[in-house]
Amino acid sequence: MANIFLNDLRKNYAGQEVIHGITMTIADGEFVVIVGPSGCGKSTLLRMVAGLEGISAGTIEINDKVVNDLEPRQRDIAMVFQNYALYPHMSVRENMAYGLKIAKMPKAEIDQRVAKAAAMLELEPYLDRKPRALSGGQRQRVAMGRALVREPSAFLLDEPLSNLDAKLRVQMRLQIKDLHQTTGQTMLYVTHDQVEAMTLADRLIVMNKGVAEQIATPHEVYMTPASEFVAGFIGSPAMNIFTVQVEAGVAVLPGGHRLPLAGLPADREVRLGLRPEDMEIVGDDTPGIPVVLRSVEWLGADAFGYGMIEGSDVAITLRLPGSTAAARGQRLRVAPPEGRLHLFASDTGKRL
Amino acid sequence: MDNGATSPLAARGAARLTAHFWMILGVIIVAFPVYYVFIASTHSVQTILRPPLPLLPGSEGYENYRGAFSGEIDRIGGVSLWRLLGNTTLIAMGIALGKIAISMASAYAIVFFKFPLRMACFWLIFITLMLPVEVRIQPTYKVMVDLGLIDTYAGLILPLIASATATLLFRQFFMTIPDELLEAARVDGAGPWRFFKDILWPLSLTNVAAIFVIQFIYGWTQYLWPLLVTNSNEMNTIVIALKKMISFADADTPWNLVMVTSVLAILPPILVVVLMQRWFVKGLVETEK
Repeated sequence: MANIFLNDLRKNYAGQEVIHGITMTIADGEFVVIVGPSGCGKSTLLRMVAGLEGISAGTIEINDKVVNDLEPRQRDIAMVFQNYALYPHMSVRENMAYGLKIAKMPKAEIDQRVAKAAAMLELEPYLDRKPRALSGGQRQRVAMGRALVREPSAFLLDEPLSNLDAKLRVQMRLQIKDLHQTTGQTMLYVTHDQVEAMTLADRLIVMNKGVAEQIATPHEVYMTPASEFVAGFIGSPAMNIFTVQVEAGVAVLPGGHRLPLAGLPADREVRLGLRPEDMEIVGDDTPGIPVVLRSVEWLGADAFGYGMIEGSDVAITLRLPGSTAAARGQRLRVAPPEGRLHLFASDTGKRL
Repeated sequence: MDNGATSPLAARGAARLTAHFWMILGVIIVAFPVYYVFIASTHSVQTILRPPLPLLPGSEGYENYRGAFSGEIDRIGGVSLWRLLGNTTLIAMGIALGKIAISMASAYAIVFFKFPLRMACFWLIFITLMLPVEVRIQPTYKVMVDLGLIDTYAGLILPLIASATATLLFRQFFMTIPDELLEAARVDGAGPWRFFKDILWPLSLTNVAAIFVIQFIYGWTQYLWPLLVTNSNEMNTIVIALKKMISFADADTPWNLVMVTSVLAILPPILVVVLMQRWFVKGLVETEK
């Protein structure tokens, strides 16, 4: 059991600040996913918690104890690395037992813990093999096992599934979720994959350029993104976001189309965000956005239409039912259902 | 069609024959002098001095070798063959192991620790590549004299064990160890010493074996430095003793014993190569980064 408290955490590399003050509390047993594009600082943040990177300012507390100056082994954490980082010359058993052996745990207890972890991860037949004789998925499980046997306060996982193929990734994702539910341990998980982020997390930290853009549950992040960046990053296909001019409760779209919407602010320029699935096809006499389709991708259950707002060069993506007859070159008129629009300040990108 | 199908095969057979001819010729050219040394070591001095030397082993072999080990060499060089072999083994081992210890330690420091002037240290080591023993022989000799290390094993070994080459080899190898492996070890609680002992050392064994072979032979065949730093016959290496044995007038040289000593000087390096080669292969097959 462990709670983790990050207080205004900062990191400088050669005078350049790369983590700009992150504050958050991770409750005991919570599964928190740090998600963001590459280079956003998510791995750095995790490695700071692990003790592999120094802290330039701010504090990290694990179980109400400041751990800034503690070595990784003194922080009572375990880490799973992207490339697994298994010791190539040790068997699976030795790999898992190594940390315990260093901690001078009695042999009997080591054996018992390794056996338990191996059973949980279905690694029993492979205990005496070297990592080189294992498949990617098995190596990944050994890396998990090595973390498990230590029974740490918190698990730190750095893109643990990114080296696996798509099918295995789904399988391991479920296994990690199960593992979290059985052990109830605090987990901090870094990924750039939004499906992993959305499905695993109790709470998400969406990071961009060293800043936590939003810290919230996956539902909140999706339904009420805190900034234009979050809105564009989470969701696939990405949200349509474009600049509109508000004039007396009416949004003037690119191409000069006028669309009355509920919930618009006073007259000003704003960024309007509409998810592809939040676009209903409406009749020609209803106010809406005229879209000229450039291509349609049919996926079975549904289809994605890619087009332009008529009379402008603004691209727009629509999610259409699988039964659609829409085709390239067709003109559609779409409008968001009430309350399904997102507005962001055109200067700061913050949600309005 | 038949011709088309058979002629490439015939051509390949011919090419193979040609290749084998050249390879066998090469082996003969390289091996013949060594074989001749062995043949000569089995004949009496009289036979050796009366050309042509026979191409087949003579009947004096047992006598020559027994004599060499039981006093004949002592009579000429003032030191027993056993002592010579012992000295040379000790020095070659000392140099090989010393080089491995020192170069591994320095490469470990340079690659895995961040300390001030790290790169300066690296370049300093690198520069010594340009300064082999022969170039710095006078100051080194002076230091050995001042330290009173003339005619000691320490004096024979120490100046030869600092090795930029081995340091660079280990550095290159250590740099291929993924950072994550080091970090995993840190999370597992391994300090610098445990990381070295439990992870780096087992992964380096292949390299250690290779460097050991090279440096053992380097140490075994040292000539100039042992010649300078030893005065007493007791401290001679086998190569030096060999040189001393033939510095008489040709007719006085006990050629049969010289040949016996030569064979014995060649054997240990061959043995090391043959034994360690199995190790290499094992290491190459079993470890992976």
